[in-house]
Amino acid sequence: MREGSTKAVSAIVIGGSAGALDVLVKVLPALPPSFPIPMAVVLHLPPTNANRLIEVLRAHCSLELKEAEDKEHLAGGKVYVAPPDYHLFIEREGSFSLSVDPPLRFSRPSIDVLFESAAEAYGSHLAALLLSGANDDGARGLATIRSLGGTTLVQAPESAALPTMPEAALKIDPAHRRIGVEDIAAFLAGLETFASMRRQENP
Amino acid sequence: MSEVEESDKALSAFLEAIYHRYHYDFRAYARASMKRRITAALAHFACADLATLHARVLDEPGAFAELLGFLTVQVSDLFRDPSYFLALREKVVPYLRTYPSLRIWVAGCAKGEEAYSLAILLSEEGLLERSLIYATDIHAQSLRQAEEGVYALERFARFSENYRLSGGRHSLSDYYAAGYNSAVFDRRLRNAILFSDHSLATDSAFAEMQLISCRNVLIYFDRVLQERALGLLRDSLCRRGFLGLGLKETLRFSSHASAFEELVADERIYQRR
Repeated sequence: MREGSTKAVSAIVIGGSAGALDVLVKVLPALPPSFPIPMAVVLHLPPTNANRLIEVLRAHCSLELKEAEDKEHLAGGKVYVAPPDYHLFIEREGSFSLSVDPPLRFSRPSIDVLFESAAEAYGSHLAALLLSGANDDGARGLATIRSLGGTTLVQAPESAALPTMPEAALKIDPAHRRIGVEDIAAFLAGLETFASMRRQENP
Repeated sequence: MSEVEESDKALSAFLEAIYHRYHYDFRAYARASMKRRITAALAHFACADLATLHARVLDEPGAFAELLGFLTVQVSDLFRDPSYFLALREKVVPYLRTYPSLRIWVAGCAKGEEAYSLAILLSEEGLLERSLIYATDIHAQSLRQAEEGVYALERFARFSENYRLSGGRHSLSDYYAAGYNSAVFDRRLRNAILFSDHSLATDSAFAEMQLISCRNVLIYFDRVLQERALGLLRDSLCRRGFLGLGLKETLRFSSHASAFEELVADERIYQRR
């Protein structure tokens, strides 16, 4: 049995910057259409391209992709993308919230914001993936997730178009699992679903 | 109890204490972003933990006034989201023209950028003389700044670009006097705006409006407080009055949705039934 793959999770959070979109267009199509775990994604993109992110991913993916909406509850099988120019949070009750608080370390949406709020919402029932990127956003959030018992993955820096982001995470916490692009989908597909008592559908 | 549960509880106790001591109600604000702003405040006040900040804020009203700046988001732009203002100009102004006098409410006006934007728009449409713009916020210091109408000159390149994209008919510089490093808006605009203290969490309706703009305010509230605030906004609108929300805010999940119809869906402009 693979270490870490036996943990049941309520959600998967994914962050990345330059070079990360190329990874997602490989990983998402490789997941089964029945993939049951909700995923929330923050990618840094120039504002002009950010609106097209969902379109681009949708063309490659059979899972339902949508922009995360304020107060929307996370539901299985959906991939939620942070709207451009808003921070994306996950609240304790398993719903999203948005803010226009100032950018954090020059980023809005910020990966740290998503990761840290998700860590507090889900504790050990969370998996997180930090991909290629040119800055250190996400490193602190990923460390928080691991410290609260979550499963943390970083794209192996040697496989990343821009290794700064995964390297920054490993520098803070070398115990994150390094994973090659070709192994990500299989790892995620091996995660079990944690059925949270708190999850509710939108009214 | 886990560490996370303990810190949640401490935050709830802090917000409860603020409510009882100062009558500002942050208890039903969305928690995750509130927590992050509290963390920023801890660093600013050089407090090691929330208990220290809690004690200090309850002891010193001055510290609470300073904390307020952290608990609310006070950043905006002139003509932020220009497409919203363009839609107001093209789709809402024709209705507004039919009223002999206009009451307009900017709920959550922060430092006044949106109120001045609307004053400029109304002026260009020939409606300013018959308009009164109420601009409200819970943050007294922001309101004072808003009332002065003074903004850093470095922000005006962006303001001007937004103004142009919003369908502005002149040059933005027609509306302000620039000094060495700041600019002040014309008295004519300022005189059309009444800045005052009002809380969507604890206060009630105070006038009947033709247009309410309440953008990027509701996202800071939890669902229950959102419902209260939307009910208040609904009750503050005349029949067929207009409500503008932030571009990522929606009535879709609200019990008040049936009281409105969508006028410009993409810009989140609704009309009261």
